[in-house]
Amino acid sequence: MNLAFSEEALALSKALMKRYPEGKHKSALIPILHIAQAEFNGWLSSDAMDYVASIIGIKPIEVYEVASFYSMFNMQPVGKCSLEVCHTGPCAINGAESLISYLENKLNIKLGQTTADGMFTLKAVECLGSCGSAPMLQCGVNYYENLTNEKADELINKLTSENRLQSYTDIK
Amino acid sequence: MSRKILLEHIDVPGINTFDTYRKMGGYRSVEKALKTMSPDDVVEEVKKSGMRGRGGAGFPTGMKWSFLAKPVGVPRYLVCNADESEPGTFKDRYLMEKIPHALIEGMITSSYALGANTSYIYIRGEYFYVLRILEKAIAEAYANGFLGKNILGSGYDLDLYVHPGAGAYICGEETALLESLEGKRGNPRVKPPFPAIAGLYACPTVVNNVETIAAIAPIVNMGGDEYAKIGIGRSTGTKLISASGHINNPGIYEIELGLPVEEFIYSDKYCGGIKNGKKLKAVVAGGSSVPILPANLILKTANNEERLMSYESLSDGGFVSGTMLGSGGFVVYDEDSCIVRNTWNFARFYHHESCGQCSPCREGTGWMEKVLHRIEYGHGKLSDIDLLVEVSKKIEGNTICPLGDAAAWPVASAIRHFREEFEWHIKEATLSQTRNFGLLAAHEALVK
Ligand SMILES: Cc1cc2nc3c(=O)[nH]c(=O)nc-3n(C[C@H](O)[C@H](O)[C@H](O)COP(=O)(O)O)c2cc1C
Ligand code: SF4
Ligand code: FES
Repeated sequence: MNLAFSEEALALSKALMKRYPEGKHKSALIPILHIAQAEFNGWLSSDAMDYVASIIGIKPIEVYEVASFYSMFNMQPVGKCSLEVCHTGPCAINGAESLISYLENKLNIKLGQTTADGMFTLKAVECLGSCGSAPMLQCGVNYYENLTNEKADELINKLTSENRLQSYTDIK
Repeated sequence: MSRKILLEHIDVPGINTFDTYRKMGGYRSVEKALKTMSPDDVVEEVKKSGMRGRGGAGFPTGMKWSFLAKPVGVPRYLVCNADESEPGTFKDRYLMEKIPHALIEGMITSSYALGANTSYIYIRGEYFYVLRILEKAIAEAYANGFLGKNILGSGYDLDLYVHPGAGAYICGEETALLESLEGKRGNPRVKPPFPAIAGLYACPTVVNNVETIAAIAPIVNMGGDEYAKIGIGRSTGTKLISASGHINNPGIYEIELGLPVEEFIYSDKYCGGIKNGKKLKAVVAGGSSVPILPANLILKTANNEERLMSYESLSDGGFVSGTMLGSGGFVVYDEDSCIVRNTWNFARFYHHESCGQCSPCREGTGWMEKVLHRIEYGHGKLSDIDLLVEVSKKIEGNTICPLGDAAAWPVASAIRHFREEFEWHIKEATLSQTRNFGLLAAHEALVK
C-alpha cells in the first residue's frame, strides 16, 4: 500500500477519533472516509479503504461495507467536479429534468458519465434539502440554486477555470 | 397566527454569531435551567408545553424524555437528528445555517435535562457547509463557557460534537442514525429495545429533530404552560414549514399551528398563491411520505370544515380523506402536474433509499417503481393499478422500520384520489406522452 494522508489530514483524523468514547472510535469511520475522498482524487479505491482501516485499527471489510452503503462515497473514479443534480419530486416539477438534459448536451455526456478530459461527472441525486430553490445542484461543498441555463453555463466556466477537485469537505 | 418564536430574530444582522445571538437574549434558557432548575424541572416544563416532535412522527417530546432509562453509572446521550432528507423538507438546514446558536442552546439545555454529558448532532453529509457553521458556533459556545467543564459554575459538564453522514435517507430513521453514528451501515434496528433503553453504544439515548431541540429554549424561557397557549388544541406552538413546488414564494415559514391551509397557500405572507396564475391541483403537506391530497380535500376536510395546519386537522378523515403534518414539507402541485409521474418519482426515491433488510420493502418498492414507470411511459395495463394497491398493502406494516409505510402511502393515496388519471394514462397511452391529464372535473368546481 503506497497511499498516505497528508500530515494535516492524519492529524485531523486522529482528532476526530477522540470525539467518541474510549473504544468507540470506529464512530469516526464516516468522517474519515470523507477526508480520504478529499485526499485521494474524489473516490475510494480499495487501497484507500485499506489505509483508512489501518488508521482506525479495524478490518478492511468493515470499511468496505460502510463505504459501499452511502451514496456520497464514490467507489469508482469520478471527474474533478461532480455535478449532482437533484431530481426528486419537488425539484423534478420545477425544472430539474430540463437542467439535466441541458447539462447532458452541454457536456456531451449522459447521466453517470464523466467527460473525456476528466473534468466533469454528471449525476442525478435524491433530495438535497433545497426543494424551494429548484432546480439546483451540488458540486463539492457548494449548493448552486435556482439554476437557469445561463447560470449553469457560468458555473461550468467557473469550475473549469478553477480546475481543481471539488470535494465535499474542503470549506476553509 | 403569525407569531414567530424560532425565527424571531432571523433578520438581525450577525445573528449567526455568538455575541449578537446573546445580545438578543440567546442562551438565557441555559442560565435559567442550570442555575434555577433541576433536570427534572426542565423535563416537566417540556411535558407541560405539549410540544410534539418536529421530525415527522409528532410524538410528544416531554413524554419521550420521561421514558429515558437512568441506570446508575451508565452514560446517557442526546443525539440531534439533522439528517433532513425527507423530500420537500429543508427547514432544519435553514435554521442551522441562519441561527446555529439556536440549536446549540437547545442542545445544552436539553442535554442538561436528560443528564447527558456528551451529545452529538448527526447532520447529513451533503450539508457539510452547515456542519462548518455549527462547528464555529460550538467553538464560540466553548469559548464563552457554555460548553465544556463546569458550565456557568453549575458543576454540569457537556461536550458537543457534529458528526456527518454520507448520503442515505434511511439514516434519518433514529436507529439507523445510531448505527451510522457508530460507524456502520445505516440499517434500522429491530425494536424493542428502543433507544431510550439501549441507543447509542447500547446506552440510554434520546434522538430529537433539530427543530424540536431548538424549541426547548423558548419553552424553558417562557414556561411550558405559556408555550401550550400558542397553537391550537393538542397542536401546541409554532412549526417551521418548508414550502416548495408551484407557488410564488417558496421558502421557510414559521406558522402558529392552526393557520388555515387556504391562507397558507394563498396569502402573500406565505406561499403567495399558485405560480403563473394557475389552479391548485394537489398538495403533499408533510414531506413525500405522507398521503397526497387533491385540492378540494386539502382546503376542506371531508366534513366540509376548513382544513388547518395542525396535526389533528390535517389527519382528519384518516387516510381516506386526510393526510399528516409530518415534517412540514409542503409541496404544491398546479393544474398541469402529472400525478402519475410524481408518484413514479417518489417510488423511485423509496426504492433507491430502501436499506434492503426486509423483503417487502426491498422488493415491493422495486415493483412499484417498475410498474409506475411503465404506466408513465405508456406501457401500462389497467390491472397494474390494482397491482400497485396490492403491493403497497403488502409492504405497509410488514417491515422493520417505517420506511416501508412511507413508500406505500404516497402510491396508495395517489391512486385513491387520482385513479381516473392513472386509468387515462393507460387507456390514452399515446396521448399521455404529449400532454397532461389536467384537473379532475371535481377540482374544476373550485373557485380558485
Ligand atoms: C425513513 C425515515 C426517515 C426519517 N428521517 C428523519 C429526518 O431526516 N429527520 C428527523 O428529524 N426525523 C426523521 N425521521 C424520524 C426519526 O426516526 C425520529 O422519529 C425523529 O428524529 C424523532 O425526533 P422528534 O421526536 O424530535 O421528532 C425519519 C423516520 C423514518 C422512518
Ligand atoms: S423497511 Fe425498508 S428501509 Fe426499513 S429496515 Fe426494512 S428494508 Fe430497510
Ligand atoms: S427535491 Fe430537490 S432539493 Fe428537495
